[in-house]
Amino acid sequence: MCEERARMLQEQFGVTVNHVRALAILISTFHFQKVPSAIDQDTFATYTARTSFERPVLNGVAYAQRIFHHEREMFESQQGWIMKTMKREAAPPQDEYAPVIFSQDTVSYLSRIDMMSGEEDRENIIRARATGKAVLTNPFRLLGSNHLGVVLTFAVYRPGLAADASVEERVEATAGYLGGAFDVESLVENLLSKLAGNQDIVVNVYDVTNASEPMVMYGPQSPDGKVPLLHVSTLDFGDPFRRHEMRCRYKQKPPLPWSAITNPLGAFVIWMLVGYIICAAWTRYDKVSEDCRKMEELKTQAEAADVAKSQFLATVSHEIRTPMNGVLGMLDMLLGTDLTMTQKDYAQTAQMCGRALITLINDVLDRAKIEAGKLELEAVPFDLRSLMDDVISLFSSKSREKCIELAVFVCDDVPKVVIGDPWRFRQILTNLVGNAVKFTERGHVFVRVCLAENSKVEANKVLNGTMNGKDGKVDTAANGAFNTLSGFQAADERNNWDYFKLLLSDKELPMDEAECEKSYQNDCDCVTLMISIEDTGVGIPLHAQDRVFTPFMQADSSTSRNYGGTGIGLSISKCLAELMGGHISFTSRPFVGSTFTFSAVLKRSCKDTSSDSKRSLSEALPTAFKGMKAILVDGRPVRGAVTRYHLNRLGIIVQVVNSLSIGLQTLSGQNGVKESREKLSMLFIESDIWRPETDNLLLNRLNELKNNSQVHEVPKLVLLVTSEADKDRYGSTFDIVMCKPIRASTIASCLQQLLKVVMPERKENENRPSFLRSLLIGKNILIVDDNKVNLRVAAAALKKYGAKVHCVDSGKDAVCLLQQPHCFDACFMDVQMPEMDGFEATRQIRQMEAKANEERKTLASMEGSTFVESHLPILAMTADVIQATYEECIKSGMDGYVSKPFDEEQLYQAVSRLVVGTTESAV
Amino acid sequence: MDYSNLRRQAASMKKSLFDQGYLDEQFCQVEDLQDEASPNFVEEVVTLFFKDSGRLMSNIEQALEKYPRDFSRWDAYMQQLKGSCSSIGASRMKNECMSFRDSCGQGNVEGCMRSFQKVKREHAVLRQKLESYFQLLRQAGPAGAATRPVM
Repeated sequence: MCEERARMLQEQFGVTVNHVRALAILISTFHFQKVPSAIDQDTFATYTARTSFERPVLNGVAYAQRIFHHEREMFESQQGWIMKTMKREAAPPQDEYAPVIFSQDTVSYLSRIDMMSGEEDRENIIRARATGKAVLTNPFRLLGSNHLGVVLTFAVYRPGLAADASVEERVEATAGYLGGAFDVESLVENLLSKLAGNQDIVVNVYDVTNASEPMVMYGPQSPDGKVPLLHVSTLDFGDPFRRHEMRCRYKQKPPLPWSAITNPLGAFVIWMLVGYIICAAWTRYDKVSEDCRKMEELKTQAEAADVAKSQFLATVSHEIRTPMNGVLGMLDMLLGTDLTMTQKDYAQTAQMCGRALITLINDVLDRAKIEAGKLELEAVPFDLRSLMDDVISLFSSKSREKCIELAVFVCDDVPKVVIGDPWRFRQILTNLVGNAVKFTERGHVFVRVCLAENSKVEANKVLNGTMNGKDGKVDTAANGAFNTLSGFQAADERNNWDYFKLLLSDKELPMDEAECEKSYQNDCDCVTLMISIEDTGVGIPLHAQDRVFTPFMQADSSTSRNYGGTGIGLSISKCLAELMGGHISFTSRPFVGSTFTFSAVLKRSCKDTSSDSKRSLSEALPTAFKGMKAILVDGRPVRGAVTRYHLNRLGIIVQVVNSLSIGLQTLSGQNGVKESREKLSMLFIESDIWRPETDNLLLNRLNELKNNSQVHEVPKLVLLVTSEADKDRYGSTFDIVMCKPIRASTIASCLQQLLKVVMPERKENENRPSFLRSLLIGKNILIVDDNKVNLRVAAAALKKYGAKVHCVDSGKDAVCLLQQPHCFDACFMDVQMPEMDGFEATRQIRQMEAKANEERKTLASMEGSTFVESHLPILAMTADVIQATYEECIKSGMDGYVSKPFDEEQLYQAVSRLVVGTTESAV
Repeated sequence: MDYSNLRRQAASMKKSLFDQGYLDEQFCQVEDLQDEASPNFVEEVVTLFFKDSGRLMSNIEQALEKYPRDFSRWDAYMQQLKGSCSSIGASRMKNECMSFRDSCGQGNVEGCMRSFQKVKREHAVLRQKLESYFQLLRQAGPAGAATRPVM
């Protein structure tokens, strides 16, 4: 834009100069060539006024004639005026003059003025006539307007001057000068203001002939150099001597470009935003972490509250239990007293309620303990099989009442002794079996223990064989019975014979025990047991199945009415199973039954079980039946397997047959065998196989066999029944009727009676106390000891064997009591006593005895009757059994000694010696 | 699972008493003596023991003050205490009694005093332990209740 303006200015200027030149030629033509001159002042003024549009930047032109000094007078006279200087004075004499003769009206003030009198004009004139071109002055204050301006001067030559004339020729040919004034301020402003649309931009025009000191032609002097130039453009006004520039600049400091504002602003905003984001993020983080901390706090509080709750429960339960025991104990005692029927009934009810309460409290306590994390499992070795037996026997009376089959089966590969918490294990089992028995009215409850690995294999097989299983089920259903323990359908088909036999199949060969141990040791130390409790009870309604393990949840409210219970047992069982590293689950079909399965991780016991027998929970099963043979007649293979399992544990080899007739055939096949060990000694028959009318015949045949002495001895007949009521019915036919649930030890005791098997090792154990008892029963015994505690203990020990015990606490009293005649059979005497010790007392007693014997001897000899010397056995009781003491005992007349804390063995020895002694003496 | 929990606790407590040597086999024998005829026999005996031993110990204490260096008298008293201890099977206490008597034999007054302090301490500890044990037993109720199945 600045450049454009400069070009425009230059162009206007050029146009003006051209026109001035044209004027110069006009004057040359019409002023000098015409004689007389065709131009006068009026003509010039008119013409120039009418052509002034051609000179837009020139405010006026004037023509000054060249007058030499010698021509002055003539000139002045001719014109009728005298020349004046710029300062309006009469012109001083000069070589040359340049008075203005023609002038445009706008510059009429110039007329009659000698232009040579002005410094700038003079220079200009000289320069113009020398160059023949338009020349410009420095900017200066113009005469008329006192505006800053530039004077343009153009020489007018006489006609006929050659174009390439020399300077001298030019000067010589000069006739006058045409001058024009640029009133820059007023004129240029006109022009430029049109262009200067933008008020903010200042345009300066400088004369930069002297480059170091530019002179302002137009525009305000710039206040300082601080305002940066917007643009500089060179102007060519046609004067080669002078150079001009136009400089554009902003009026104020140039406004910063938008980008200069927006960029930092944007950056600032961005940074602010970033800062804000960071700040916000930080505060957010702070807040979140604070919240998190609070949450943690609350969580710990909640946990603490939970633990506190559990602890509170535990404490309260414990505190309730203590007085409850008192209440129950008192009720027990009350029931022992003479009560009327009503009172007894009330008391019994109270006792029952109390027991129920205690059970509930125990359960709550257990649960609270588990929740409080206080429950720690013990790790003691226990015999799994006998534990299972114990649990089953707990429920035997119930199962007999309800006439349901209750059975337990432990797979052969389950280790005999495992390490774990037997009480907790038992608790789970009791819970589950208890529930099963409670909810089952017909059918069976079957507990099965096997290794988890086997169970998995089996489960896979079940999955694979689902189709077959289904088909099979339909078949059996058509027959009206399922191939389960009792023939009733079960929820989980895993205990169907089809699958159950898989568990047995690879264990048909009884593994050598040592071999088993070996293989276990190779195995890892832990063993995961899978225990399933199957019942054919009411099942769990589908809607209740998912909250079975929630505490205090029962299938529905009617359950507790019908069956009682609080619903806490299962949740405890779950917790316990989880504590044992296992889990618990169930399958249930309403009105078909439920199968609860739980697993538990137990350790194998590496220790030899026999060495630990004292702590082992199992009572050792008698081994007397080992190698005996039996036939089991059972139509249901599962039940048969269970019975066989129990018999196998006793070492009895069992053959399971389907029906009695097959059993008898097998029996007949036994004929050849002569060795007694190999012979068949027992025949077990399930009660539902038994048909009195048909099978009696078979039994008769059996008797025939015996009579024909084909069979050495008739096998004992054992009937297995499920209910107590059946027991009496069959009593006549069978040697023994066993009521299920069967367990190894029950069988053992029954068979023991039946077969009159002697249990040698047991006899030995039981012998001694009974012998002692026989020795001591009814005997009057005096115990002398100053130590009350010792006295009490010794008395109790002797009382245990039926002795009548009398106690005294000093030697003197003993001597008093033993004055002849006395009724004591023996005396146990403490050695060390204050006042009179045992030796002294014994001596006195012996003296008294001797005296009495003497008297009686004489009396007897007088009467002639037989005399038995009375000698009271006195046994010393002493803590330090050393030879010296023993000798002193004998010396003082004692018969022996026992060490003071009574030892059964020692007592036995001492007393038996005494007895022998007395018998000898009696003889 | 009626009382078995408490009984178990009691059993483990008894076991720990055995393990720590407070009691020995004799205690079991005393427990064996308990039967229907004397259902609280053990507790009775133990109560008796504490009564008696308390008396004996105060005797010993007096003797230690009144008859300095009268070792035979000390020994005689201690013999009684030891007898009581051994008859209920308080083995740690008994051991301390024995060390007292050893010190008596050596004429070591310092040793006697020290041993007697130990005896007293053992006595207090045992008393406290047995009391809680019997409390537990009382709570657990008669032995018959423990095995009674409860549904």
